Amino acid sequence: MIAMPKPDPQILARRQAIAAQLRTLLPASSVIAETERMRAYESDGLTAYRQVPLVVALPETTQQVADVLRWARREGIKIVPRGAGTSLSGGALPVADAIVLGLGKFKAVLDIDYANRTVTVQPGVTNLAISNAVDAAGFYYAPDPSSQIACTIGGNVAENSGGVHCLKYGLTTNNVLGLEFVTPEGEIVRIGGKHLDSPGYDLLGLLTGSEGLLGIVTEVTVRILQKPETARALLLGFASAEQGGDCVAAIIAAGIIPGGMEMMDRPAIHAAEAFVQAGYPLDVEALLIVELDGCAAEVDHLIGRVEAIAALHGVVVSRVSTTEAERLRFWAGRKAAFPAVGRISPDYYCMDGTIPRAALPRVLAAMRDMSAKYGLGVANVFHAGDGNLHPLILYDANVPGELDRAEAFGADILKLCVDVGGVLTGEHGVGVEKRDLMEYQFDAVDLEQQHRLKCAFDVDLRFNPGKVFPTLHRCAEEGRVHVHRGETRFPDLPRF
Amino acid sequence: MQTNFTTEQLADPDVAASEKILRACVHCGFCTATCPTYVLLGDELDSPRGRIYLIKQMLEEGKPATRDVTTHLDRCLSCLACMTTCPSGVHYQHLIDHARAHVEETYRRPWHDRTLRALLAFILPHPKRFRVALLGAALARPFRFVLPPGRLRAMLDMARDVPGPDATDRDGVFPALGRRRARVALLAGCAQRVLAPSINAATIRLLTRHGVEVVVTGGCCGALPHHLGKVDPSHELAASLIGQWVAELDGEGLDAIVVNASGCGTQVKDYGWMFRDDPALAKDAARVSLLARDITEFVTTLDLPAPSQGSGLTVAYHSACSMQHGQKITREPKALLQAAGFTVREPLDAHLCCGSAGTYNLLQPAIASQLKARKAATLAATGADLMATGNVGCMTQLADAVGMPVVHTVELLDWATGGPRPEALGSR
Repeated sequence: MIAMPKPDPQILARRQAIAAQLRTLLPASSVIAETERMRAYESDGLTAYRQVPLVVALPETTQQVADVLRWARREGIKIVPRGAGTSLSGGALPVADAIVLGLGKFKAVLDIDYANRTVTVQPGVTNLAISNAVDAAGFYYAPDPSSQIACTIGGNVAENSGGVHCLKYGLTTNNVLGLEFVTPEGEIVRIGGKHLDSPGYDLLGLLTGSEGLLGIVTEVTVRILQKPETARALLLGFASAEQGGDCVAAIIAAGIIPGGMEMMDRPAIHAAEAFVQAGYPLDVEALLIVELDGCAAEVDHLIGRVEAIAALHGVVVSRVSTTEAERLRFWAGRKAAFPAVGRISPDYYCMDGTIPRAALPRVLAAMRDMSAKYGLGVANVFHAGDGNLHPLILYDANVPGELDRAEAFGADILKLCVDVGGVLTGEHGVGVEKRDLMEYQFDAVDLEQQHRLKCAFDVDLRFNPGKVFPTLHRCAEEGRVHVHRGETRFPDLPRF
Repeated sequence: MQTNFTTEQLADPDVAASEKILRACVHCGFCTATCPTYVLLGDELDSPRGRIYLIKQMLEEGKPATRDVTTHLDRCLSCLACMTTCPSGVHYQHLIDHARAHVEETYRRPWHDRTLRALLAFILPHPKRFRVALLGAALARPFRFVLPPGRLRAMLDMARDVPGPDATDRDGVFPALGRRRARVALLAGCAQRVLAPSINAATIRLLTRHGVEVVVTGGCCGALPHHLGKVDPSHELAASLIGQWVAELDGEGLDAIVVNASGCGTQVKDYGWMFRDDPALAKDAARVSLLARDITEFVTTLDLPAPSQGSGLTVAYHSACSMQHGQKITREPKALLQAAGFTVREPLDAHLCCGSAGTYNLLQPAIASQLKARKAATLAATGADLMATGNVGCMTQLADAVGMPVVHTVELLDWATGGPRPEALGSR
């Protein structure tokens, strides 16, 4: 288990007084301080880690957020931001001496501007709700994490979430135009707007993916796209994961950029099929879902080309969606694949790493060996088009020792990703989960530079403590970072 | 999800069942998105995931329910939207049912809450008592403005003019017209019989006209006390119905047990589970559940002829939660209405509850009225001529808010195939 920073006993002792002070800043129903009720907030989507927070605060307005943050700064109290609590890296995991600041009440769609192709929403609006709000006019918001029904845009900004469509349309960072956020000092700041670029440093890029370490986002302006005239999906089944991986590489190498290109292995196919009855073939080792979008003639042409490439790579099942309902059914299984694995295993540990596409067969083969070594099953779901892997390690938290083995297994997978020239995360963030592996990816100088940036926003390190960075040292101690491994890994690789 | 139950705790079959349900939850949070109370209140304690946590804690500790836990569990509508959304197959319905029973058993509610719940459980399942209560309420209605907004006022608001009993409002056999194709039991119901006798009348006309013999059997299905956590009264009512139906099954035989209120249908389809550990009734209850059909499911098997009269009307179809989430019936009602010549539209956020939810609108008027306003606005935005649904609770909840006539789906099907024009449509 990854250790969290030791709580400050003086803060813990003041719990009731702190709750009482919060009640002077917020409505009574927005402050939760009883252990029994706070337990519902003790974890997010990474249930292996649980911690009852100091207090839960659920403000309703930006001004209330600013008031709470100004007060918290004065009192030296730490803050853990939380959206819908669907993080898979423990990004919203509470800390014992920190207030969980939940944005569940920020649910308003504030502005829809078709002329500028933007939507402005409060951070608690779900990813899918943005697309739903503009659906009737023929628009949508492109990044679509699998949890899009529940995950919020605020959380998407914090984690720089991706989704199946990011291969073609980019991650959250490529689709956010403006933010309002509250700094750790309690100052309300607006950056960007409805335009593509702003003068000065790219603060939008900095805030997006900052995992709640730099401030609290209270308003988001995103770009929306017109829905493609046609979208059709192909289901391609292969007798081996290697063949599927080679097919993916060949499609990309042919210059085709599908709207989405996803791969599932046998256990994931079976779990998803049991939930949505998407009509997936159950006798293949790997299933590719390739979506092509655009005008009808273009889509027809590309489908032909993808089918031809698949045939060269030994495809055994090939089906093209003929109706919109069928296309959505193809995707429904993939979108629900993570929790559907909950049907075949009481618990699972969802990994998130990214590798160069060409390394896929090697990584899959190594994962099979690890699965045997640790005695735990693994189901694979991945954004094949961009090399983002999501192995789901199956375990049972009620069996002593299984969680530890699952974590060791997961760490091995992520180290392998780094070893083949990839990175620790694709879209779930580092959070708690990959925190201690940051030193495997980055050297001391890299980490120190990132830490300086953190200090520029949060000088007393009160925001989302214990997340992302392995060592917590005070901002004044810069330049004296304790380094576990002196050597720099992959000095020839460019950083960022 | 990890659970912590002792072997002794797991010896209780109800706890063992709930433990299995809890273990299926992976805490992904998908359920929060479609939960009406989370959408309104934005607090995870008022979401399925939060409630699952509260229930888990309560059952693991084996302690009496606290006031806080009761507050959050009471806010649950039991709309079961979470079950439609949950990819891990968490059977929230059985979990919340168990939790409600635990609350009822171990928590002493304030006297006014206790009295109100006892009163509702005493009156609603019994048509005669309900009719008398409504008459009383009608007399009190002019004085409703002296009451503060809250439960009592919500109850008086609900009390409308009581239609007189319909000629068909009796138990007994209604023979098929023409050649008999099937023989079914029709659950006569309780509150619906009083509030909208036209529904059963239309059902009987529609079925008999299409060659189905209808055996009307009386009694409440037990759903109302069930959702109040009152296990024994709800089991007694259910057992009585099971007895009547099994007698018919073993007598002249039944092809289906037809239910025309989806809230009741959800309950009857769950009898097999409710009586699973009852050696005397388990088998019969399972038989009954297996034969239970919503009226639209059964009528779909009849292949109704093309409509004898085209109305040209556009219908806003409101899918009751017990229909779409409880019984997962989404296609049939719309397909039947379309085949009967109506243009069917659905409101935005069709998955969200209208706030009726059994006795919820009486017990949680603040949340229920927000959900009602939201649903009424999305239904009105369809621009339809009338609204149809398959559950009397929703009809009562929405009748005065949607600004269009509200009817039961079966009334339209009856009308389109030769029955009278539904009264609610007036002479428009």
